[in-house]
Amino acid sequence: MTAGFLVASAFLASAVEFVEALTIVLAAGITRGWRSALTGLAAATVALAVIVAALGPALTLVPLSALRLVVGALLLAFGLQWLRKAILRASGYKALHDEETIFAEELAEARTAQSELRAGLDWYGFTLAFKGVLLEGLEVAFIVITFGSTQGNVGLAAVGAGGALVLVVLVGVFVRAPLARVPENTMKFAVGVMLTTFGIFWSAEGAGAHWPGNDASLPVVLAFVVALSVSAVATLRRRRLSAAIA
Amino acid sequence: MSRVRAFGRFWWNFIVGDDWRAALGVIMAIGATAALAAGGVAAWWFLPLAVAVVLALSLHREARSADTRP
Repeated sequence: MTAGFLVASAFLASAVEFVEALTIVLAAGITRGWRSALTGLAAATVALAVIVAALGPALTLVPLSALRLVVGALLLAFGLQWLRKAILRASGYKALHDEETIFAEELAEARTAQSELRAGLDWYGFTLAFKGVLLEGLEVAFIVITFGSTQGNVGLAAVGAGGALVLVVLVGVFVRAPLARVPENTMKFAVGVMLTTFGIFWSAEGAGAHWPGNDASLPVVLAFVVALSVSAVATLRRRRLSAAIA
Repeated sequence: MSRVRAFGRFWWNFIVGDDWRAALGVIMAIGATAALAAGGVAAWWFLPLAVAVVLALSLHREARSADTRP
């Protein structure tokens, strides 16, 4: 159960980030040339691989309880951010994430930027793709390293992230447009729920609490976080409706 | 110096985000869980409840600020 949960969480979280990175690379490639955009993408991928390769094994040297405490606290703070935004989006308090609008904004900005050649590359296109992939990829690296190290299996989390990467790249090459049909807001909601669930589970364990039934408690914590999120959306929707009427 | 500040800001935004009170609430809740567990209490129930409270307060703050926005 935990292994499946681990792969699914890494896959979903990574897919969301890769979709956002794809939008940026597409905007850079279409407006500034594919050579610069793809070089930026490759450079960022190498940088991310170095980060994961360096930090992943290093974290396995830290005692598991301390690791779960620190990683659990980080995941909980990080996951609550995602969950909070997802609940606000679902209840209408925040605009939905729209990949097509973001793509149009990126295109407009990239078209008006000045051209500057460095090392034979359009520097704006290179840095746009590099920064986009590095920043979105850092979230993926963070999730893969934290999920993997606390479960003692960075490889399994990397499999989930790798699967998402292959899928998004294949669909991106095929479609050559931002993946607007991906249910990104629903996926972000699911990722927020999963990050918060893992954060609660691991930080409580790291703090010295013992879950009844050990890992078997994880689905119960998941159900609790889902129920909490769904009721928060319903409450906020009612509140918004009342405010609109008043 | 500005690069160091930008690096710090990136990690702050990455982990803490736009509601530092929620992050502080999480740290306090984990501390309380550790204190309960150290005192021999079965503390597993505390963190989910504390997270529910932290999330509800954070959402309430955001909704209140949106409701009063013109």
